[in-house]
Formats: sequence, C-alpha cells, structure tokens
Amino acid sequence: MPTDVENWKSEVYGNEVRDRLFEFAEEGYDSIPDDERDAWFERFKWWGLYHQRNGQEGYFMLRIGTPNGVLEPGQLRVVGEIADEYARGPGTNPVFGDAYADFTTRQSIQLHWIELSDVPAIFEKLEANGLSTQQACGDSWRNIVGNPVAGKDGQEVIDAWPVIRDLNERFKGNDDHANLPRKWKVSVTGSADGSGQGDINDLAFEPAYKSVDGDGDASGDAVGFNVRVGGGLARNEPRFARDIDVWVPPERVPDVAGGLSALFRDHGDREDRYNARVKFLVDEWGAEEVRETLQAEYVDFELETAGRDVREEYTYNAGEGERNDLIGVHDQKDGANFVGLNVLVGRMGAADVLDLADLAAEYGSGEVRLSQRQNVIVTDVPDDALDAFLDEPLLDDYSPYPSPFMRGSVACTGTEFCSLSIVETKNRQVRFARWLKENVDLPDGVDEFHVHLSGCTASCAQPQIADVSLRGMKTRKDGEPVEALDVGLGGGLGEDPGFARWVTQRVPVDEAPGAIANLIDSFAAERDEGESFRAFVARHDEDELDALVDPEETDYEDPMMHNTKRTWYPYAENDSMDDAPSPPADD
Amino acid sequence: MTTRLRVLDDGAWISVNDSREVRVSELWRLDAPDLCECALADLAVENFQSVGVDGSTVDAKVYGQCVACGATEITAWVPIGRVHGDEFAEFDRSAVRRARRRE
Repeated sequence: MPTDVENWKSEVYGNEVRDRLFEFAEEGYDSIPDDERDAWFERFKWWGLYHQRNGQEGYFMLRIGTPNGVLEPGQLRVVGEIADEYARGPGTNPVFGDAYADFTTRQSIQLHWIELSDVPAIFEKLEANGLSTQQACGDSWRNIVGNPVAGKDGQEVIDAWPVIRDLNERFKGNDDHANLPRKWKVSVTGSADGSGQGDINDLAFEPAYKSVDGDGDASGDAVGFNVRVGGGLARNEPRFARDIDVWVPPERVPDVAGGLSALFRDHGDREDRYNARVKFLVDEWGAEEVRETLQAEYVDFELETAGRDVREEYTYNAGEGERNDLIGVHDQKDGANFVGLNVLVGRMGAADVLDLADLAAEYGSGEVRLSQRQNVIVTDVPDDALDAFLDEPLLDDYSPYPSPFMRGSVACTGTEFCSLSIVETKNRQVRFARWLKENVDLPDGVDEFHVHLSGCTASCAQPQIADVSLRGMKTRKDGEPVEALDVGLGGGLGEDPGFARWVTQRVPVDEAPGAIANLIDSFAAERDEGESFRAFVARHDEDELDALVDPEETDYEDPMMHNTKRTWYPYAENDSMDDAPSPPADD
Repeated sequence: MTTRLRVLDDGAWISVNDSREVRVSELWRLDAPDLCECALADLAVENFQSVGVDGSTVDAKVYGQCVACGATEITAWVPIGRVHGDEFAEFDRSAVRRARRRE
C-alpha cells in the first residue's frame, strides 16, 4: 500500500505546489488547514522549505540549490542580503549570532528561521538573480554535485560544468522526473582528484577514457564518464555506488541520467520509504540487471562498456595523499588561482557573507564556489592580486591555512533546528575543534585530520568517510541522561573507499575531546614511519581501536550535556518547550 | 472519529492528527526481552519505524540502541500514548513500557 507521503505526492507535487505555497504565504501560516499540515509541509520540501523542529512551529529552513556549488558573480551577495534580512528568528546562536548561512556537504546553502510570509519575496529575489530553491529537498533530483572548480581546475580530465548545467536545466522542473520514490542525488566529476565524491551518491559520473570509433584524442581515447549507481550513507545502510559497466560520452550523459532516473521512478519502492533509495534497488537487482534494464527500456542507443578510469589518482577525503580538500591556493588552468577558505562547520554570518562577496569581486571575478567539505572557494584571483587578498582581515577567520582541526571539521545542523538529530552538533564541533587546536599536536608529517560530527544516522555530515566519525547518541553519566557520541575510525574515499568502523559506543560528549586526544597520542607513538591515520586504523582490529579511543574528562567543558531536544532552542535563556514562541505573526 | 497517525521526516517524529507529538532522542525504559538481555532496556530512541493503535493506545515500532548494553534493534510495538477523542496524551517518559508483539 502506498505511504501517506506517496498519496500526498500523487495529489499535488512538484511545480504545482508553488501556487498553493504562495497562497498560504499571502493568507498566513494559520490558513494551512489543520488536517493538511503534514501533507503541505511534506510538499513544501520540493520547493526547498523544511519545517523546523517542534518548538519552532511556523519557521522553516530554506535550502538554495547551487549546482556544483557555483555562485556566479553577484549571487553570494544576494544570499548574504537574504540571510541578513530574512534569516532572523527568536533564537540567537551564541557562536554565530543572528542571521547566518550554512554551506552544506552537498554544495548547497541553508538559511534558518524563514517565515512563510516572506517566501514570495525571497523567491522573487533569488530568481531575479539566477538562484532557486526548486527541488532542493523532496523526492526528486537534488542539487547536482561535483568538483566545485570544474572548468578551472588545473588537474581536470574533462570539464564537467557544462554537463552539470545541462542536467540541471533538463531535470529541474521536469514533470517526468519530479516525483521519484525518494531523493535522487547525482554527482558529475571531471577532475582526477575524486572531489565530486561520486561513490556516495545515487548516481555518479566519473571521468574515464574510452577507445571509440575514430572519436578520440591523439592516443585514440575519448574522454567521458563511467557510471555508478546506488551509493549513499544514510540509515546505518551505507553503500558505495556500484559500477554498472557503462561509459558515456559527455553529450549522452543526459540520456543515461534521465534513463536511470526514470528506471528509479518506475521501479523504486513506493510502499516503504526506508527501502526506497535506489541503493536498495541495486542491492536487490545487482548492477548487471540495472544495466540490462537501462539498455532494454530506457535508452535508444547501444551503451558502451566502462572505460579506463582515473580512480587511482583520487585523493579527496581519502585520508592520505595530496589534496584531501580544496583549501589553500591552487592553480587554475588559465593561469589565475583559486583560493579555498576554511569555513568552520560551514556556517558563516550574513555580514561575513557580504564581506566575502565584496572581496571576491575586488580580487577575483566575483564568483565563489562551495565544496563538499562545507568550505568556500574564491576563484579567478590573478597572481598579482593574491598577496593582497590573502592579507585581508576576513581571512583571519576563514583561513586558507587553517589548523588541521579547524580544516577537518564537518558538522550537520543538529538539534538546533533538525527533527531527526539526537544531539547538538555545529556549536559542539566548533568547541571540539578549538579545544583540539589548543591541546593536541598531530605527528610530524600529518597535516590533515578529518572529524565529522553527525547528529544521527541520516549522516548529513558524511561521518563514515572521516578519520574520526562522531554520531549522535545518548548515554547515562552518573545515572543522568546525557548527550553522547558513537565513535568510528578510518573511513575515507579514494581509489579504494572504505567506511569508518564503529569501534566505541556512547562516549559522553564531554569526554569526546579527551578520547580524540588519547587516540592521536597513541597514533603518534605507535605509527609506522610515514603512516597515515587511515592506514594505521586499517591494521588494527576493533577491540584494539576501542582501547585506543579511551574517553576521558579534560578541561573541556560542554554546556549542552542535557537533552537539547527537550528545549525549544538549546541556546535560549528560557529554553523549555513551555517558553517556545508562537508561530510568527503574519506581516 | 478517525485519528490520523503518521511517522514523518525519516522517522524523526510521530504525528497525531497533524500535530508533532512524539520525538526521537529520548531514553525509554523498556520491558523488552526480545531486544536485549538487560532486565530493563534503556533505549535511546533514534528512529520511528511505524505507528499504530491498539484500542485507545497508540504504539510504535522504534529503532534504537540500549545504552546499557549496546544492543541495537527494531523493537516490537511499544506504547507511547493514548487518544481520547481528539486529544493525544503521551505517556510519562520515565514510565516503564512493555514491548508487545501483535497477533
């Protein structure tokens, strides 16, 4: 039997939701009929609006999908202005203040405390500047990800940006692909560093060479993409995308992507949302049947077999090798530079967003790009402007040369706003990173260390592909319930990706920094010469690793040990649910 | 009168008549011998799998971890509250709940 969500979607979904959304915005939040709220909040997701958690009734998270993380000149300023004007609510964050933008692990932007009545004005401003929230959430094509510096990267095999732009234009607002059984996450990567993270997406196009009839370069090889299907991290069911033995030239990517999207639409499980992602269909069918069905029913040309990939060169989030991220100054192929700036846990105050937009225009082309490590990249900075740009005071806070613990921090939204999260995350990871920076030294030669904190098994912070994976949990300490973290170690992408192994459960949050410090001490003392942390973890069994984690109280203090989910907002002076604000009054 | 019961947002909460009533991230004391060997499981509620009704009692299947022993399971049906007419009342969070299999 179809789920309620499927029934709602079959009644109204996709583009047509917009008219009703605007009517509700005009008539006021209370005009949404009481017995239709679940349905409309589910449908609003398709337009990038996600109702914030209980205690924050009537406020929404708004997600802007920026394909491949590309913000064209002027667009970052628009985001900053919208954040400054509209992303203000009754709660003030003690670290980030009021009004901020979150850069996400899928190269999108999230704003909080958005009121329904402001949505038409926000949409108007976004769309007038080439931005959109369309399909940023919901059961359809999500924001397409890739190497954020596509088209500019000196290490590029093929420029994926025109391909991504084309896919975005074809499949955003496309009624044939608007209502899928579940979200559909696509990655298209043209660089040899693996920075598109295709392995953890529903559909991945990765650079590959193929010898095809007379249509190659001097060596006879054409450059295109190999295709993988069925990756994803959520729900304790992580999968790497499976190789379906298909190579596709750039001009055929939309046909294959659309074919696979249609295959998912027609064959995905609409009766059990927990079994709906395409990774489960690939489990059931196997990669070979996916390929055969694609060939027989969804494309009208002969598919090529997979080409020669460049996976042995992948370093992004790999735990070793160069370019684990895109922080720092890098060469563009046109002779200019791109500068990756560290945004701790991806959150940037609106005033800083506006300042950065100005700096990007002053020193570069005005373009800014977002990475899957929640960081920003200023592109097109010429050599003769580089030193002056690097001297800008804003870069003291968003450094191209950050501490490894600042650089390696990724965190999801957490209980501040999210219904599903078990624990507070962003502010906690800020506290963790600052404490580790002050108290822990990495061994010689180790200059990156990734700690990803995810509030629950949804894995929005991609915890399974970090050196240290932290996932929200509960425990009791001195008999009292406290927020806790399960600890995983040694995950990473690269040529041979591997998920973190969960070795230690339920570490009280105030003992987590001590646990990481002790772990790094043991790593420093026991590592082989030149050994990476990931390799060190790989040669130990889980009991050995559990012993190395060794949770311990230190001078780190955690002000959010209690159940932050029982508050309407964890940082409010009067934080109980009884003090929760009413839904915002209509303007 | 029909009561509308739903698990929404990836199992984050239970909706009763379009109102968010029961959320994840609590610790529940469970009499659930099928879950683990603890006399009473101390379950961190991570995810709601499904919601149903047995008479006036609303119950749910829950994914979670016993924080005493580390067992991670999906429970049998656990009572979470009661409906009277239009009103839903969640059971006291400190109460011991007995997980039951349905016929």
